[in-house]
Amino acid sequence: MSELEKDVIQNEDTSNAAVENENVEIAQSTNPVGSTENLVQGVMHEQDIKTVAKKQTVGKILGQIGLYVFLTIMAFVVIFPFIWMIATSLKSVDEYYDASLELVLFPSFARDFKNYAEVFTTTDLEMYFLNTVIIGIASTLMSLVITILSAFALARLEFKGKNILFAGLLATMMIPGELFTITNYKTVADFGWTNQFGSMGWINSFFNLTMPFLVSVFYIYLLKQNFMQIPEELYLAAKVDGTTDFKYLLRVMIPLALPTLISITILKMMGAWNTYMWPKLTTTNSDYYLITIGLREAFSSVDNQQPDIPLQMAAVTMVSIPLFLVFLFLRKYIMKGVSRSGIKG
Amino acid sequence: MKNENITEDSLVEQNAEPVLENQLPAEESIAPTAATKTVRRSFLDKVKFDSWKAWIYLLPALILLAVFTVWPIINTIRVAFLNDYNSLGEQGGETFQLGIGNFITILASGDDFRTALTNTLLICVITVPLSTILALLIAVALNSIKPLQKIYQTIFFLPYVTNSIAIGMVFAAVFDVVGDFAFPDLVQSWGFVNNILMKMGLDPVNWIDGLGDASYWPKMFVLIVYIIWNALPFKILILLGGLQSINKQYYEAAMIDSTPRWRVFTKITVPLLSPMLAYVLITGFIGGFKEYSSIIGIFGDDMAGGQLYTMVGFIYDALPDAQYGEASAAALILFAIIFVVTMINLWVSKKTTHY
Repeated sequence: MSELEKDVIQNEDTSNAAVENENVEIAQSTNPVGSTENLVQGVMHEQDIKTVAKKQTVGKILGQIGLYVFLTIMAFVVIFPFIWMIATSLKSVDEYYDASLELVLFPSFARDFKNYAEVFTTTDLEMYFLNTVIIGIASTLMSLVITILSAFALARLEFKGKNILFAGLLATMMIPGELFTITNYKTVADFGWTNQFGSMGWINSFFNLTMPFLVSVFYIYLLKQNFMQIPEELYLAAKVDGTTDFKYLLRVMIPLALPTLISITILKMMGAWNTYMWPKLTTTNSDYYLITIGLREAFSSVDNQQPDIPLQMAAVTMVSIPLFLVFLFLRKYIMKGVSRSGIKG
Repeated sequence: MKNENITEDSLVEQNAEPVLENQLPAEESIAPTAATKTVRRSFLDKVKFDSWKAWIYLLPALILLAVFTVWPIINTIRVAFLNDYNSLGEQGGETFQLGIGNFITILASGDDFRTALTNTLLICVITVPLSTILALLIAVALNSIKPLQKIYQTIFFLPYVTNSIAIGMVFAAVFDVVGDFAFPDLVQSWGFVNNILMKMGLDPVNWIDGLGDASYWPKMFVLIVYIIWNALPFKILILLGGLQSINKQYYEAAMIDSTPRWRVFTKITVPLLSPMLAYVLITGFIGGFKEYSSIIGIFGDDMAGGQLYTMVGFIYDALPDAQYGEASAAALILFAIIFVVTMINLWVSKKTTHY
């Protein structure tokens, strides 16, 4: 992953320069074709020019309409699962069985929010919500502290072996996470963190779910790049005033790098909300399930031929809504973070 | 402490640098004189050169990385090349022979791994090109409209911020048949997709719960639709970003020459977008090779009775049974494939990208 990430960042930087270089080539390859020759060579009256212009505008409008039609159809396809999910979550089971298509997107709201209330009585979803929020906040905070400290050291402090260390860190980003999971699974088992029964259950589960994922080399890299954009003069000025490194980091660098920190926070929280495999492997006690695994287990009815789909959709909607809210209010940061990282959740 | 020594040693080194720098021809005429530069430099050395301090800042990250990143790399390689490895035996002092037994086992005798390999390759080959083309079309369309652009952009990004298990369950429900497919009279709901098929006069399909070989492609179809849907937002975001950074002058020049749209697309847009396209393709392939949670979301923990095993699914399934050797071997194969595909992609895109 990492190399690619770096590539893209570099590409973004160099693209403008490259665009300039291409200038000549492109100009050569786009020879005037067909109608242009007529336009240029033929002697034209003003009226002819007007009709041509008119034709062009008509074509342009038609093209624009076509674009909007295409985009609207695609947009509908893209959000259809969400609409269907919400509409279905408001239906009763009988309504759901009704095959008439008008009912697909417009339920008669017979059940109102009864399905939502029922989710809490039939499953422990609220407990999973709470677990996820606690783990998410705790791991994000710890991860931020670690990331900030190491990014600062790599961006501002000088020490022997810095370049080698940094290159080594970047190299680890290329390795797929699944390769780590195998040994980590064994490691946490050896530490006893997968043993989630008895008085240590909560602590074990907490360590197990947070520790292996606290350090993200990519976030360190991202923040380091951001820190390096802060002019060194500020640092020197602070030093002249006798400010300590730590104070400088706290008062100057963190506020200036806030947008990046917010992006990291959101992506990290979303990660906690969406993580599935690790908790599934290592959580033996359902009291410590995170939301995704709790959701999957609660409706894991492979042999059951009669699943209560509206109820299921109500639970799925509840799991999805916090993500939508975050997205709605913090879209800018998410898109910025994602376009630079390519990390899913 | 030893740290003291290190600091002093490197101080000397550090001091040597400014001299070198000063010997270089000064590029700017207004550059600070050599004297002020040296003063500034030595000041820099004093404030910046606290080696031990840097290591303290790095310590938490390094400890965690050592335990959860560096050790796993070493251990996974070690275990993969130990024949018949088992961790209990190792704790009991048993030693294992070095060899490629694990690789032979999963490649030769394990049907599961071959299923996983085929499925993963199929997923990659089908979904990556399709989703990239679709994303490119949408991004180009988005880039050529003005009103409502932001709203469309938001809608198209929405699938990104979802829980892949949760939305996998939605896709399963959209296709799912409630009741026993074998007894049409007992079916209570054919599901949304089948309802539409039946309105169009087609036969319903048992998308999710089918058994036997014939049920493979319906299941694969659902999975592919989901993966493409899920992959679109990231690709659109990257490609749209790339499109917006293309210099408008090219399009204006093409307009003056009244170049046909298709030519503009193939001669200007695609070449200038090629680095972004390469990036999207590589990440798409890597994502495809690591496909896993979408299958769990749609088909449940057993991955459709093992029919839709993937590489990652194989690795994870081996862990609770303590098949560390085979899992490690599979993980190394996965890494090798991803590495090779990435290299090929980079090589090809270096040849074909426009700069």
